[in-house]
Amino acid sequence: MPALGADMEAGTLVEWLIKPGDRVKRGDVVAVVETQKGAIEVECFEAGIVSELVVPVGTKVAVGGVLAQIGESTAPPRPWPAAAPPSPKPGAAPAAAPPAPRAAVPVSPGTKVTPAARRRAAELGIDPALLTGTGVDGAVSLADVETAASSRPASPAPAKPRRTGFDSAEMRKAIAAAMARSKREIPHYYLSHTVDLGAALAWLEGFNAGQPVPQRLLPAALLLKASALALREVPQLNGTYADGAFRPGESVHPGWAISLRGGGLVAPAIRDADSRPLPDLMAAMRDLVQRARSGGLRSSELASATVTVTSLGERGAESVTGIIYPPQVAIIGFGTIATRPWVVDREVTPRPLVMVSLAADHRATDGHIGARLLTAIERLLQEPAKL
Amino acid sequence: MSDAAAMTYREACKQAIRDALLADPKCFLMGEDVGRYGGCYAVTKGLLEEFGEERIRDTPLSESAYVGAGIGAAMAGMRPIVEIMTVNFSLLALDQIVNNAATIPHMSGGQFAVPLVIRMATGAGRRVAAQHSHSLEGWYAHIPGLRILAPAVIEDARWMLAAALADPNPVLIFEHVMLYNMEDALDPAVAEVDIAHAKCRRDGRDVTLIGYGNGLLKALAAADLLEADGIAAEVIDLRVLRPLDTATILASVAKTRRVVIVDEGWKSGSLAAEIGMRIAEDGFFDLDAPLRRVCGREVPMPYAPHLEDAALPQPADIAAAARGLVRGR
Repeated sequence: MPALGADMEAGTLVEWLIKPGDRVKRGDVVAVVETQKGAIEVECFEAGIVSELVVPVGTKVAVGGVLAQIGESTAPPRPWPAAAPPSPKPGAAPAAAPPAPRAAVPVSPGTKVTPAARRRAAELGIDPALLTGTGVDGAVSLADVETAASSRPASPAPAKPRRTGFDSAEMRKAIAAAMARSKREIPHYYLSHTVDLGAALAWLEGFNAGQPVPQRLLPAALLLKASALALREVPQLNGTYADGAFRPGESVHPGWAISLRGGGLVAPAIRDADSRPLPDLMAAMRDLVQRARSGGLRSSELASATVTVTSLGERGAESVTGIIYPPQVAIIGFGTIATRPWVVDREVTPRPLVMVSLAADHRATDGHIGARLLTAIERLLQEPAKL
Repeated sequence: MSDAAAMTYREACKQAIRDALLADPKCFLMGEDVGRYGGCYAVTKGLLEEFGEERIRDTPLSESAYVGAGIGAAMAGMRPIVEIMTVNFSLLALDQIVNNAATIPHMSGGQFAVPLVIRMATGAGRRVAAQHSHSLEGWYAHIPGLRILAPAVIEDARWMLAAALADPNPVLIFEHVMLYNMEDALDPAVAEVDIAHAKCRRDGRDVTLIGYGNGLLKALAAADLLEADGIAAEVIDLRVLRPLDTATILASVAKTRRVVIVDEGWKSGSLAAEIGMRIAEDGFFDLDAPLRRVCGREVPMPYAPHLEDAALPQPADIAAAARGLVRGR
């Protein structure tokens, strides 16, 4: 059970998307887990063949608990767990119990299984060691596996548990826990800086003029990209703080704060935002918003953010003073873009302005570093074509 | 030839040589008793009368000398066809074949080609005992620089020689002694064959039988026996013993998942061992049964007919091995 956020203690398994014998690779979505942030698709972080689903659907599992076993590709899978009573955990056996006699072990270690049969059994989730072999020297052959597969009672397709959307009361609790922890543990410092977006919006207008509506860029994409590039320049603000030490992020994966219609907030990561072209970044943002609102976020998106960026958008307030999402060390906030009087070349002129704010962990950095980040964002936004 | 479309293997070999002599004045044939006697298996009967002593040359009984002469002629631009009576006798020319023919194109940095073709009879079954009956083509298939052919059907006997002569490198053609009298129809539409690929001679789904030369015919006979048992055997004719066409073998193994390799040569260090190992290396996960070989018994070939028969793979042995793989215990 992965930690889908610093505050998460447990999650409830609502759906298996794999079965014993399946081959999985790193990044495959293997299960759906209900958390305080709604139903999250859990990705696998190992490659191999699923040998056992340890936890049945509906079980609440603590973070770090075992959900399934993935074995070497040659290991024969264990039988489908629903067919057998759950075996007691080794530690749960009474200390006085005599060691089980060898004869009780159902799997004969000397069972011969042909290479083709072994491969097919793994595909079908059948334990070849339990079959009677009719091949050469009594080996379990392909035909034995196929026969077993066809005679296996067609297991009724497990009723797919409905993927629940966000439980807003649960989410409120999660936000409360994370924010209270942040304010309790993190000594925040705050900086803000007003940035002229005249050049950026003019460039954006020109870019969008030739684009169909679905491909047009929103100002938020420029703000996110500028933030990501600035973080590359000031890596002290991109990472996590734990056990008394700052650990820099391996690359820039900003969590993009998305407010949900039913109330609540998530900030899934947009990976490598600093190196993605703007149209790609915009597409990723649109995809995330859509999936966040329909409950289709992935575990890696919830666990891997190295910083948070929030933009209040068109109808938002002028500035935001953020609260850091632990264990991150910074949150960058953009207020709404508003036209205000601004001095350019000693003349007061109306300009589109945005207030950029930074809340940062004073244990990890000082205000000087924070100021460098904000001025870097300002500088980057003056040359939008380079973003 | 009773039927215009049918031909014996012997006649097919002869027609192939005749074609080559007619097509290219640089082509000539030499070997022991190929001229006046007409060849020890009568393949070259009548060619001396038609082409004369210049081009059909009887040689002294020295394999080393005339194979060496053939290599020299080939290097000098001729297209020699050298006949050696049996593979047992070719051992006297082993130095010429292995140390010279196979290496000169390489040693000369490509300055010399050796477009030499050596034909020789191989195999057992003619009751001629241990100095005339062995199947040593697997040894030659070990040598880089040689191409090794084993025609087992009339079509290959008829058309492989032309392709071999067109190859700038030395090619050895092994004609199995038990095939010379075989007669079969020849497809008039075919006038050339490749010398690179194995060929599936019979489709099947249950087990693959791999053979060449007379072993192919025994495998086909075994497939008939198996058919009566309801087992569909696929039969692969290797045709080319070097370089081996591993892809065709693996494709068949992937389909049937069971293999019996037939080799009249001795089992230890045999060509069958090489084929089996290639399947183990690259087709392991397709296998649904152990690999099996039906090879010659590891004895010098006996003279007594019943012992010679017992020393050689027979269709019943091949069928029994295949049946064991398909039916299991």
